[in-house]
This record gives sequence, C-alpha cells and structure tokens, in this order.
Amino acid sequence: MKSSVITFPGSNCDRDIDVALNKFGFKNKMVWHNDHELPKSDLVVLPGGFSYGDYLRCGSMASKSKIMHSVINFAKSGGLLMGICNGFQILVETGLLPGVLLRNKYLEFICKNVYVKVDNKENLYFKNLDKEVFEFHIAHNEGNYFCTKDQLKEIEDNNQVALYYCNDEGKTEDQFNPNGSIKNIAGIFNKEKNVLGMMPHPERMIDQSLSGEDGSLFFKNLINNLK
Amino acid sequence: MTVNEKIAIEHGLKSDEYKKICDLLKRTPNITELGIFSAMWNEHCSYKSSRLHLKKLPTKGKKVIQGPGENAGVIDIEDGDAIVFKIESHNHPSFIEPYQGAATGVGGIMRDVFTMGARPIANLNSIHFGSPQHKKTKNLLRGVVHGIGGYGNCMGVPTIAGQTSFDSSYNGNILVNAMTLGLVKKNKIFYSKAAGLNKPVIYVGSKTGRDGIHGASMASASFDEKIEEKKPTVQVGDPFTEKLLLEACLELMAGDSIIAIQDMGAAGLTSSSIEMASKGNLGVEINLNKVPCREAKMTPYEIMLSESQERMLIVLENGKEELAKKIFDKWNLDFAIIGKTTGTKNIELFFDDKQVANIPVNTLVENSPMYDRKWKKSKLPKKNKIKKDSSNGLKIKDVLKKVLSNPNICSKEWIWRQYDHTVMGDTIQKPGGDSGVVRVHGTNKAIAASVDSSAVYCWAHPLTGGKQIVAESWRNLISVGATPIAITNCLNFGSPENEDNMGEFVECVQGIGEACEYLNFPVVSGNVSFYNQTKEVGIKPTPSIGGVGLIKDYNKMVTMNFKEINNIVMVIGKTEGHIDQSLFARSILDEKNGPPPEVNLFNEKNNGESLLNLIQKGHIKSAHDISLGGIITAVSKMAIKGNKGIKFNKSKNLINEIDYLFSEDQGRYIIEINPKDLKEVAKILDQNSVYYEELGIIIEKDMIINQKTKVTIDELKSYNSNWLTNFMSA
Repeated sequence: MKSSVITFPGSNCDRDIDVALNKFGFKNKMVWHNDHELPKSDLVVLPGGFSYGDYLRCGSMASKSKIMHSVINFAKSGGLLMGICNGFQILVETGLLPGVLLRNKYLEFICKNVYVKVDNKENLYFKNLDKEVFEFHIAHNEGNYFCTKDQLKEIEDNNQVALYYCNDEGKTEDQFNPNGSIKNIAGIFNKEKNVLGMMPHPERMIDQSLSGEDGSLFFKNLINNLK
Repeated sequence: MTVNEKIAIEHGLKSDEYKKICDLLKRTPNITELGIFSAMWNEHCSYKSSRLHLKKLPTKGKKVIQGPGENAGVIDIEDGDAIVFKIESHNHPSFIEPYQGAATGVGGIMRDVFTMGARPIANLNSIHFGSPQHKKTKNLLRGVVHGIGGYGNCMGVPTIAGQTSFDSSYNGNILVNAMTLGLVKKNKIFYSKAAGLNKPVIYVGSKTGRDGIHGASMASASFDEKIEEKKPTVQVGDPFTEKLLLEACLELMAGDSIIAIQDMGAAGLTSSSIEMASKGNLGVEINLNKVPCREAKMTPYEIMLSESQERMLIVLENGKEELAKKIFDKWNLDFAIIGKTTGTKNIELFFDDKQVANIPVNTLVENSPMYDRKWKKSKLPKKNKIKKDSSNGLKIKDVLKKVLSNPNICSKEWIWRQYDHTVMGDTIQKPGGDSGVVRVHGTNKAIAASVDSSAVYCWAHPLTGGKQIVAESWRNLISVGATPIAITNCLNFGSPENEDNMGEFVECVQGIGEACEYLNFPVVSGNVSFYNQTKEVGIKPTPSIGGVGLIKDYNKMVTMNFKEINNIVMVIGKTEGHIDQSLFARSILDEKNGPPPEVNLFNEKNNGESLLNLIQKGHIKSAHDISLGGIITAVSKMAIKGNKGIKFNKSKNLINEIDYLFSEDQGRYIIEINPKDLKEVAKILDQNSVYYEELGIIIEKDMIINQKTKVTIDELKSYNSNWLTNFMSA
C-alpha cells in the first residue's frame, strides 16, 4: 500500500505520521507543498501542525497550496484522504468537508488523552474494527467544530459523523467534550466517506511506551481494509 | 550626535567604563560604537560580575563534548549521538509583556540549540510568580503559560517537564527560565568560531525591525515604577518563521557549507558578529545597507542593536552562497550576504558608503570589564526551637490537605496540558513526574531531563541551598532510572552591586560547584540573570538547575505511580525529622526561620547509585524522590497517580509522627518493590550501607496512615488537583 504525506511550511506532525504509516506497512512518501504532482497513492494524509503559522485562519493558506489542486482532484475521484488536526482544519478550508473549527471553548490549547466513539463503520477507515470506543490523543487550540443547523442536519442524515468525544463507556455527554464542539463531534467524513477529518492524533498512540496503543489498532485495521 | 559621558550613562554604562572605552579606542566613540559597547559590556552579555565566580564551577568530564562558552553545552550519549542543551532566563521581558516575553524566551533557547546542528527534542521551563494574592500574578501566569505554549507547540517540540512556584519575593519580578534539549550526531556539531579570511558572512531568517533595541541592557537593570515604558524593548516572536529557520538550517547543515554559525539573540547582530570574530581571532566587515530591514530608514545604531527574533548569522565556505541561498529561498526566508571575515581583527561597519564604526574586537570581548564585587558571607541560621509545641494538636489529615493543595505542591496540570508534550512521538514520561523522558528517535535509548530550584533553602543558607538543588536534580533523574550526566544552570539573583545579593550568588555558585564536583555532574552551559529586583529589594536567590541523564534501555524506565497491590513501599535514606524551612514549617506553622536541611553528598551519591543499581536489576516497580512536603507528600502523589492506596506500618521511628511525615531531609526516595525481591533488595542496600526502612504496603483505595487516620484516594486527588484550576478560573 502506498501513502503520501504532504508537508506544508509549519507542518510538525509530518514525521510522526510518516513513522506510523511505515510501521504498519504503508510505503510512505513525503510530498512538498510546492510540488504539482501527487505520487500514486492509496492514501493521502494532511498532517498536524501549524501550516503557515496559522496565519489568517488555521489551514486556510495551506488549502491554497500548489499541491492541493492534485490532492483535491484525488479526493474527488474517490481517493482516501485523511486530515489530522491541522489537516482537518485544512480540509474544511478546501470545502471538501463542511463546517469550521473554532478556538477551543476555554480559549486554551489542550493536550491530553480523550475517548472517542466511532459512529459509522461503513467506510474504509473503520470497517472491521472490533470495538467502538478508542482512547486517542488530542493537542490543539482550534478544535471546536461548528456548523450551521442545516449543515448539521445534512451531516447527520448522511451519517457523516466519524467520531464523537465520549467517556470510556462511550457516553457522549457534554462533560466529555474537551473543546466545545457541536454535538461532541471529533471527526467527520464527506458524503462519500473517502475524506476523513479528525482532531485526534492516532499516530501518537502507536506503542505501549507512548500514551496508549489504540492508534495501532486504527492503522493496522486501515491497511487491512485497503489490501 | 556627539557622544559624551551623559549619553554613555543613559546607555547603562558607568563613568569609569565610559572612560575605559575612550582609552581603548584612543578617541571618543560615535553613537553606533557606543551602542555596541553598551550592548557588549552590559551584565547580560559580559558576565562582568559573575565571570570570576563561574570559573570555579566544574565543567569537564568524560561525557562532556562542549562546556560553557558556546551557544549551548554538549554531552556524549554514546553510539555517535550527542545531546545539546541549555537553560536561559527571560525574566524582565516576561514581566513587562508575559506572552511575548515567555514566547521569545522559548524561541531564543531553541535557536541556541539548533545553531549547533541539533534538532530540538524537548523543552522544559522553570517559572516563578509572586504571591497568588498579588493582583498581577494571575495575568502574568496566564500570559507566560500561553506564551510558552504558543511558541513551543507551533515549533512541534514537546514540553516535557517544568517547575512552577509562587513566592511574594517575585511580586515585582517574575522568573521565566526556558530550557531546550537537542539531538545531534557527534560528528555534525556546529560551532560559532569563524575561520579563514574573506569568507562570506550571511544573514538569514526574519527581517530586522526596531523591536528589542537595548533588550539586553534592559535585562541588566533593575525595575522601577517606569517599567511599563519599556514595553517597546520586548521582542515579538514568530514561531512559524523559527520553524522554517530550523528546517532550513538543518538542511544546510547536512552538507559542508558552514564554517561558523551563531544565532542573533541578546544584542542581535552586534554580539553574534563579534562573538564569531572574537572566537576565530579575526575581523569582520559588514555593509549595513545589505541587512534585510522590516522598517524604513533604520539607522546603523538601530540595525546593530535590534533584537528582532528568528535571525542567524553564518560564515560560509567560499562558493557555497548559491547552494545556501537556494535552501533559504525554498523555506521563504531572507538570505543576504552582508559582509566578510577580515584579518584586521576589527569590526568595521559601513552604511551609505561611509564607515560608521571601527572597533578592535578584543576591546569588546577580552577587555570588557570584570568586577570582583563585594559580597557578604551568610551564617548558617540556628535551629528553630519553637515548632516542637506548635505541631502538637495538629491533625495529620488536616495538615496533609493543606500541604497537598499548597500552590507550590499542587498539581500543575492546568499548566502542562496547555503544552504539547507528545508531539514527535517519543515522549515516554510526561510532565508531572520526577523527570520528563523522551526516546532517542529510532533507538532503545532515552533522555531524562528535569528542572529544579529551591529558593527558600537558598535564601535561608545559600551554600546549602546551592548543593541541595543539584542533589535534587540528580535524584529526579535517578528516580526514573537515568544515569545523571550533566547540568545547565540559570542563576537568577538580585543586584550584584548589593553585598547581600552578591553573597547569595557567590555562595550558591559555590554550593552548586561542590555538589557537581562530588556527584561528577558537571555544568556544561548556563546563564546568569542579575538585577531581579524591584527598587531595592531582590528576589529570593533562585538558581534553576536543569539536569540531563541517559537511560540506555527505555524499557527499564521507572515511573512514580504505584503499580501493584501487596507490593512493599520503602523509604531509602534516613529521616531525621528536619522541619526548619520545610513547607510544613513555613506554611502550616508560619515559621520562617532556621537552616535548610543539610546535604550530605556522600549519602546522596551512595543512595542514588544504589537505587540506580536496583533499577537496572529490575527490582524497582515505582520510585519517587522525597522533596518538598516530605514522605507523605511523595507517597500521596504516587498513590494518586497509581490510583492505589497504602497502609503504613506502625512507626518504629523515634521522632514524632508529623516530623517524620513532613520533614524534608535530603537524600531520600520512596520505592515500591515486589515482596519476592525484598531479600535481594535488602541485601544490596545493606552491602552499600544505605539506610532504608519499610514504610508500608500497597492496598486498594485508601491511604491508612495510622489507626486514627485514613484518607481515600479520591480525597487525596481533590486536595491535590484543584487549587490551580480554581485559582485560574476564579
């Protein structure tokens, strides 16, 4: 399986996701934002970080990078495109995903483990996972997902919510919402479910010495689904 | 403008220093030259009051690749790898403008580290604020934490440990000390020594603006009520540019184009160009019209003294200009050839085709003033006798609640959850433990680092205090299973012109030196911050010690959370019941007199090395050093983190129970072992003549201290975890 990770100026989780993808069997290539062409890929990842220093709005300048033209075409023709953290912010700025990511409710950067519930397994990302609640790690300042009522209805009608913040039992109550996201949303799909944006970082949970190993479950399952 | 003595004094120089400048130059300096002298000769850059004493610190050792004098210290961690690290203060700017002050402090120290070719892998910080009741404290704390996070998070470098304290002596002068560790291959370390004639001098990074002019001079003066007027001297940071600069520099460093490189930190272009020339015994010629400027009509004086951030000066090999430019273009950074090295041994500046400065480099560096300031020796305070009766009638549980929720002991999670501590995917021990630990990427090795200070002990008796912090740093590294290698120190003191403050400095340094020598724990880098005072009153002497150690196999790392029910909990090191200057004495008994706990370096070394031996043999399930708040505080934290309780054995100790639980004797650790290992552990400790006692046994949910005193884990958590969050949201 071939994957590509785009490096923008200011990306800083690009190495981390590269390590994770290679660890679980992807042949990963790093792609510079100023390149025109995307290498042949089964999966493209927009990594976390502070692309363009978060200037203007998080993700907005990266969404206009040269490479994004190819990335958007790749997604529109059905390719798997995943954005993590800043990558999620870039995806909403491209319009591939609905909504926006606002500053966290308490106006503070949050770095900690959270539980998230997988809501929809009818997609290549989560198909065949044998549990629903995962412990992932978040580290962001602008992860407060927001959209209009109409958009929310559409998202829910189309089963586009990928992840909800919850507790270890999968309860999605307000008290388990770390950043004020509408309906505890931690990640969403596009209608076709080939584009996934999420705030949590599965790549930081890939061995037992780190914050946990639920990220390993995610990546192992993902590559199996693509085989 | 014609320079005279009055103008020189306005630049922070003394009359005799001005006279010396005129003598050295054999003429009156012009304004640009005066600015350069004032920047190079201020306390911050010249170490004029501290040099004499710093020379006495042990700086050499088998593992030391580079000691003080470079951008940062370097130690050998085997297999061709090295760690570059340093701590630095950014106190004055952070008080004036907490967000930018703290942010640029973090940016500056990271630049010091990657200037040497190392990729930063961990940040730490030691931050000290005034009393929680003081009206400025909350905003300063919030601003500093946001600033540290804002910069470090954007750079993608994890902040893995730190220390925060509150004390009214910082009401008008907070402390912000930032530390960075970087990883480099031993054969790819870059230094700041220029070499060769007619080599191009390159400016890269951000453009030069008017921010931060005289920042280093400001850091060398005390505060008064006009301090707010100094806001424009605080630099403004841009972590995005620094991230680009980091990547661009490392990309250029992968080749062989660089002869010397130096970041533009304090005193900007002035100190960077002069230091490179001075180390290489060369001259340097700069055309200031070539310096990329952010603002129009900047004068030579402004360009030379600007402290705009995210800039580097590089001496390149001839013919490598195009290659280097390509890399900086790729990262959208300014790149300009601004001058060359020369054989004149002078710094010569040109602007609009005119020479605007011409100063022999040695007058700025070797001939800078050095003072043997007057200082007063401190006596060891007499033992305090009052407390014996005053602790009668206190209930352990009440005291414990107050101690665990004390601002200086309570959980600092409100702070560190705002720092990205997991980026780079190698953090295996997060903030809140004895040391932060990161893996050496792609290997089985890990690096442990901690930062410590004990202003109260240093204030009570500087010599003992100095030793104590080094010992505590050593213990914090041992507690996670790391072999301590070396330290960096940030020496925060009041005015060196005040005999008491100078005495505190001299004796703290002496204490640090003695402990480092004994523990074979050399000082490889550091900085001195004087004039931490408001009007005439200095802060409590606050040296911060950043310790670094190596864990050869990270699978053997130890954490402090209690692991398993029925395991035995032991105290290593002898508890004598030293209460004076303990948190208990100061905050519960309101008793501020008496000596700090004695530091017995033989016991420190012996206890620490014996514990390390036990860890390496796999006998230690959890460990934690005993410091502020004594045995019971240490045990409570282990219980909270492990979500398990402990039943204390009936005390066989002769001292009273409160003294036993809350005293702060040094050289002690709490350890957890499996009952089956007891015999072997006891044997090893006996063989090494290490004092130990069994404290209790791990149980499910409660901490049962004696027949009358039981505290649940949930109670412990609520004592410990809420103070800071409540304070900040009130």
